Amino acid sequence: MRKVWDLIGGVHPPENKHQSVQLPIGVLPLPEKLVIPLNQHIGAPAKLLVATGDRVLKGQELAEPTGLVSVGVHAPTSGTISDISEYPIPHPSGMAARSITLIPDGQEQWVDHVGIDTTYSFQDYSPAKLLEMIRHAGIAGLGGAGFPSAVKLSPRKAITTLIINASECEPYITADDMLMRERAEAIVEGVQILSYILGGPEEVLIGIEDNKPEARAALEPFVRDTHIQLVSFPTRYPSGGEKQLIQILTGREVPSGGLPADIGIVCQNVGTAFAVQKAIYFGEPLISRITTVTGRACATNRNYEVLIGTPIAHLLAHNGFDEHDCSRLIMGGPMMGFTLTDPDIPVIKTTNCILAASREESPTPPPSQPCIRCGMCAEACPASLLPQQLFWYAQSHNHERLEAHNLFDCIECGACSYVCPSNIPLVQYYRASKGEIRKQAQEKIKSDRARARFEFQKARKEQEEMAKAAKREARKQAAEQAKAMTAERGNKPQGSEDIVKAAMARAAESQTSPAEQQARLERGIARAESHLHTVEKRLETIREEGSEQQQEQARAAVEDARRRLEDARRKRAQLDEATGSPDTDKVMARLQAGPRETLEKKIASCKERIAVTRQKIADSDDETLKAALTSGLEKQQAKLADAQQALAELPDNTPDTPVTRETTDAAANAIAQAQARAAATRDLPAEEKLRQTVVALEGRIEKARAKLDEARAGESEYVNALQAGLEKLQDKLLDAQQQLNAIATQPSAVDDDSGDAASSAIARAQARVAELASMSEEDKLRETVTSLKSRLEKARIKLREAEAERSEHVDSLRTAAEKLQVRLTEAEQQLAEYHP
Amino acid sequence: MIELILQNPLIAALVALVGLALVFGAVLGFAAIKFRIEGDPIVQQIDKLLPQTQCGQCGYPGCRPYAQAIANGDAINKCPPGGQSTINALATLLGVEAPSLDAEHGEENDVKTVAYIREDECIGCTKCIQACPVDAILGAAKMMHTVIASECTGCDLCVEPCPVDCIDMIPVPQGLSDWTWDMPPPAEEQIKAQRHPAGIIATDRGDNAA
Repeated sequence: MRKVWDLIGGVHPPENKHQSVQLPIGVLPLPEKLVIPLNQHIGAPAKLLVATGDRVLKGQELAEPTGLVSVGVHAPTSGTISDISEYPIPHPSGMAARSITLIPDGQEQWVDHVGIDTTYSFQDYSPAKLLEMIRHAGIAGLGGAGFPSAVKLSPRKAITTLIINASECEPYITADDMLMRERAEAIVEGVQILSYILGGPEEVLIGIEDNKPEARAALEPFVRDTHIQLVSFPTRYPSGGEKQLIQILTGREVPSGGLPADIGIVCQNVGTAFAVQKAIYFGEPLISRITTVTGRACATNRNYEVLIGTPIAHLLAHNGFDEHDCSRLIMGGPMMGFTLTDPDIPVIKTTNCILAASREESPTPPPSQPCIRCGMCAEACPASLLPQQLFWYAQSHNHERLEAHNLFDCIECGACSYVCPSNIPLVQYYRASKGEIRKQAQEKIKSDRARARFEFQKARKEQEEMAKAAKREARKQAAEQAKAMTAERGNKPQGSEDIVKAAMARAAESQTSPAEQQARLERGIARAESHLHTVEKRLETIREEGSEQQQEQARAAVEDARRRLEDARRKRAQLDEATGSPDTDKVMARLQAGPRETLEKKIASCKERIAVTRQKIADSDDETLKAALTSGLEKQQAKLADAQQALAELPDNTPDTPVTRETTDAAANAIAQAQARAAATRDLPAEEKLRQTVVALEGRIEKARAKLDEARAGESEYVNALQAGLEKLQDKLLDAQQQLNAIATQPSAVDDDSGDAASSAIARAQARVAELASMSEEDKLRETVTSLKSRLEKARIKLREAEAERSEHVDSLRTAAEKLQVRLTEAEQQLAEYHP
Repeated sequence: MIELILQNPLIAALVALVGLALVFGAVLGFAAIKFRIEGDPIVQQIDKLLPQTQCGQCGYPGCRPYAQAIANGDAINKCPPGGQSTINALATLLGVEAPSLDAEHGEENDVKTVAYIREDECIGCTKCIQACPVDAILGAAKMMHTVIASECTGCDLCVEPCPVDCIDMIPVPQGLSDWTWDMPPPAEEQIKAQRHPAGIIATDRGDNAA
């Protein structure tokens, strides 16, 4: 006989078990409907596999496990799914949960199911395979808590003891007792499977209270030749508690907050062993269980093998339930069960008893009275707690002290409430306090999350703000830098900028206004038209009477005149275009135009020019002209290609900023160049300047001469004007050369700052005065004579021209020439007199 | 030297005491540095007790600022979301008498609520997103917004900024997972109601009919 330890504390309420063991386990007819909640176990709800309207077979999986701690549910019989919705479930809260409603068809048609091959033993299968079968059979602990069996059977620690809980200590309940009496062999087989899965623990114990001798007797023949031990111990509530049973059978205590597996022990309910046997040997999932129907409000008290999902009302109806006599309908036992609010609630995997208590059995209890600190509860507590202290702290919601007094080791057995002389519902205080603490823990987790999120948001906003501030700072700095740079640029070359400004002013002065330009062009056009007219007339006259050669000449002249007219007209058109907006506006527009627009404009103008040039080439007969035009055309095409490439290279997202960097750069370049030039010219010595001027004038004279020749060849009417211009240029050249000579002899006489004409004239005059002063009287006279001679020469030429043209100025010219002649004679006379 | 000490008990005692004082002083000094414990600053402890709804009903922009204010001597009864239990906890922590909730800052609401945006009516103005202290509202400009219910603290701050009033505070439905037993009513009420609240059948006592 194995030694057993005493249960700490505990009570011995009236057992009331005899009523329900008089009849063997019965089977009820199929109910009208079965309601199968998806979550009948501890853990994640199963995942639905069927839909409304599906026909399912008995044993078919309706929902599969979704996680590690989860089991599936199966169809208890064949039939049709009529509904999947929220349905009240057996729970102290009376709440509803997602459930499958199955309408049985009465055919009890099984789905294909096989267990292990009967020619082999279960030991030929791996424990993992068997565990998988158990998991898919939807087996959850049938003792009451409903923890998934497969999870409990795969502990992380080595197991030395397997305990099968056949204690069934709670009054009234006889489901396990009857199961053992009738299905002892299957139970022992199931225990052997469990033992094999757990790797063959040293001890396999079946713990039975000594109030069930029949069950023990039924099991004994089957365990005789096995390593399974049957252990009986005195009946005392709550010996069936997992930790209490371990204490009784092994003398060891499960640590507070720990699991039996921590000390190498696994506990399984005897009903679970039976379900495992069915699952492994026959492949039958958990679709039914033994449930006790008892209580004086029922005429018949017995155990039934009930399909999971059978409404309790169906059970009661077959047992002569007297509603009027029933004070409370309880699921579970009188100590730990809970009152059902609705008899339509279904039987689930953990429903071991339906107690329909009469008023005599369960009268309205008297109101609770103050705690008298008698200490009976502490004596009764199987977990060695101090219930009166817990009660005290629970009333004041002192969660810290409750936890310090190990509230969570309370198994809610109700022994303390049972013994309390003041009828204090102690367990309910503990349950409520546990709930409060759990809720607070959850809220704590939530509030920690909220705090983390709030602080993250704060940090993020600060960071954003800082980034913005940094950007602002950077922009400010850049602006200041730019300002400083412009100021620097403005300060340094003050003088040269003045020169540039002066140059710009001069340019503006010399440039005629658009209106004047237009007027001039108008006149040009008119002239060209009249010229064309006369030439055409001449051509007509020549055609009538002139020679072939003359005709040819006249035709060329007409062509020429026409071209000129066209030129003039085009110029006028260009001017019109330009004068559409004032010059400054035009420049601004060009600056404001984005690089894209500028390029596009450029391309358009290039194309236009190319088209015009092509037209000209096609029109012209002259070979040389053609060649020149072709080369021009080629240049234009190259430009166009360049512009197009630039446009293509221009990034699409380039914002059309008013002034792009390129344009500003170009402007800056131009300014820099102008400044450089100005500086260069300023730095040059006067002599050098003059020399340059001379060179430039010579170049201009050369050009002017060429133009004049051209004009003469083309019998142009501008010949005279050109000639006059040429003469002026020659005068200027002469002047410049004279100055240069003067400087060569007297470099200091000329002021460096001969920027403007007035000062240069003054300088020239002074130089001449100085020259004259230094000359001898004779030299002066000779000089005068030569200058007079040259002037007379000029006047005579002019006079001759005027006579040739029959100008109205002839007379005045003639008088001027005569005057000059007189002065010359006087001067010659003086010179002759000076020369004695 | 040794002779002198041996011959003069007074000096011997002095030397011994000074020596002991030096040794223990060194040990204690070392321990003070080596086993130093970073004390939890009181602000952090207070902040831990506050409900972290960040609702600002206390008049401070969030729970931590209020914790700081309490540490600086402000009243502890300005937190309606925390309710009396938070006030009690704060009173215990600070060792003061627990006052009742200051009604000026709002009333304690037993029912937890979360914000719910009627999405059909949302115009996508992002005002509620900016108001949310815990980033529990999702959405973008001109896009429908929605509340991440699991992150919502029920602080109400998003309700007011909404220009189309499409945000409701709806009570969090109680599920099986967060259901708890109720505390039994006090004895006086039990007497009045003439019923026993508990779930056990205690009258089986003495019924030995079995």
